[in-house]
Amino acid sequence: MYSRAYKTLVSVPPLLWVGLFLLLPYALMFAHSFWAVQDQTIVHHWNFDNYLALFSKPVYLEVLLRSMRIAASVTLCSLLLGYPLAYYLSFHAGARKELLYQLVIVPLWVSYLVRGYAWKTILGSEGVLNGFLQYLHITHEPVAFLLYSPFAVVLVLTHIYTPFVFLPIYASLEHIPRPLVEASQDLGASSAQTFLRVVLPLSIPGLLAGATFAFVLSLGDFLAPLLVGGASGTMIANVVQSLFGAAYDWPLGAAISVCILILIVSLLFLTERLEKRWSFK
Amino acid sequence: MNSSAASSAQTASPSGGVLLEVRGVAKRFGARDVLKDISLNIASGEFITLLGESGSGKTTLLRLVAGFEQPSAGEIWMSGERLDSLPPYKRRVNTVFQHYALFPHLSVRENVAYGLRVKKTSSSEIGGRVDEALRMVKMQEFANSRPSKLSGGQQQRVALARALVNRPLLLLLDEPLSALDANLRKQMQSELKALQRELGITFLFVTHDQEEAMALSDRIALLRNGALEQVASPREIYASPATAYTAQFIGQTNLLRGEIRGSIANCGVLRWPLDVPDSLAIFSLRPEAIRLCDGGVRQSNEVKFRASIRQQLYGGASELLEVDCGGGQLIRVRISARGPLSGELEFVFSISDAIRVQE
Repeated sequence: MYSRAYKTLVSVPPLLWVGLFLLLPYALMFAHSFWAVQDQTIVHHWNFDNYLALFSKPVYLEVLLRSMRIAASVTLCSLLLGYPLAYYLSFHAGARKELLYQLVIVPLWVSYLVRGYAWKTILGSEGVLNGFLQYLHITHEPVAFLLYSPFAVVLVLTHIYTPFVFLPIYASLEHIPRPLVEASQDLGASSAQTFLRVVLPLSIPGLLAGATFAFVLSLGDFLAPLLVGGASGTMIANVVQSLFGAAYDWPLGAAISVCILILIVSLLFLTERLEKRWSFK
Repeated sequence: MNSSAASSAQTASPSGGVLLEVRGVAKRFGARDVLKDISLNIASGEFITLLGESGSGKTTLLRLVAGFEQPSAGEIWMSGERLDSLPPYKRRVNTVFQHYALFPHLSVRENVAYGLRVKKTSSSEIGGRVDEALRMVKMQEFANSRPSKLSGGQQQRVALARALVNRPLLLLLDEPLSALDANLRKQMQSELKALQRELGITFLFVTHDQEEAMALSDRIALLRNGALEQVASPREIYASPATAYTAQFIGQTNLLRGEIRGSIANCGVLRWPLDVPDSLAIFSLRPEAIRLCDGGVRQSNEVKFRASIRQQLYGGASELLEVDCGGGQLIRVRISARGPLSGELEFVFSISDAIRVQE
């Protein structure tokens, strides 16, 4: 049995941390979303106007929908890149496995900002890619949509979040007992049938975890649209940032934040249920 | 490998035609020779066991037949068709894996149906054959359970049904009973044997348990360090072991090392006439071939010796004595239980029971 002093010592600091830096800010945000701005100051008049504004002005919904579209595209792209990569590493890489694994992880040690700027250099009208395309005479003038577009945001976010998608998928593939694959082949299943009937179903928890990572992190992303998104690539986090900054409309910003929070928490709840459904001992 | 073991490796049991031919198969993993020049014929309908210690190569040989490994040299043929160039899913061979390897995301029924489903069998036929297979292993009532809800023995039965439902020409069993407790093991042994007789399917069984091999097999192929030591029926391999290793591995024995000179075999204090040329020799003398001498007249074909009791291990129907026949030469003797013994006693064995074996 542990002593009372020991229990207090280990439980109080983390609880305090969670209370002060998570629960309290959430409570403040929640309260703000029901307040109002009058004469450039926030007044504590409880009302639903912020939420009504949110759903009546199409601009917010439009940005929110665009953010979800971008997040969904990022999720799809990083799954299409991350799953085959994880599958290859887990099943076919042999002795190169460790090295390749490290190579996938390395970009995570490089600052997000550096990688964002790198893409700016590559995609810009004076950038590496446009220079290359013109050098080859494939295009005669810079291709504009490469930078400052939703395309650029999806590209950068896919680059950044693919390792996050790769990791849980790789872990779940590594957990599949290899005799199951042999048993499937032994029973007459080709490699493709074995993949579809055994490997894919047993890797669904990792796939869901990876997809959740990519979607949730992209949906709330702020830097990629700021760096490479331009006007057409603005996302919901940029709107919230401007409401809390220049526009000084904290209550509306808080209301949007609460909506995103509810969206994300429901999504996490759903995927956790699905992951449990697909977990087998 | 000596000549008698080599010759018996080539002759398949007479019960049916040759189903599987292993011809000079070798397997190297890096610098390690796991299998060296294995040749073995398996007859149709036979229950043959690959017996050996861990690391003897028995599982590797099974995996070569299943197709999970490629031989480094040699060929494997089944029913006149080259087998070793086919991928596992094209071989009419099914495996019962050591830890069953049931698909955790599928029910018992779906597990058993798996092989038929991937071969695009019609669903009406699948239903009938799966029911039949589940009935055969007495698992109908668990058809809709998940494997994780089953005991080890039940999982074992499902694994068996999942393999047999495909009607393989050859069933491979990789230590299928090793994870079960002793009682269940005995029960599964007799069920397995009955099932094999009933279906007439050829079984290639891998085990390290010599008692299990003796009880189940038509023939035993004993492997040692990647080579075949001896291939013979359980009775033959027990009664006439070709080598000292075989004699010690299959059952208990006394290995008597000595020499033959002037038509007399000399093994410590034990000596008897043997009309062969002078040479060094090893003899295997089973403990039960020796009995207590009850004062009768010594026959010319018997060897008598006096020895003092060192230890007496009671084993129910029989007991095992460890006796010292002088000069520290210890011999084990199995006699039917007869109460405590002590002091110096006289023992006897027939010369023909001292089987000359190779090193």
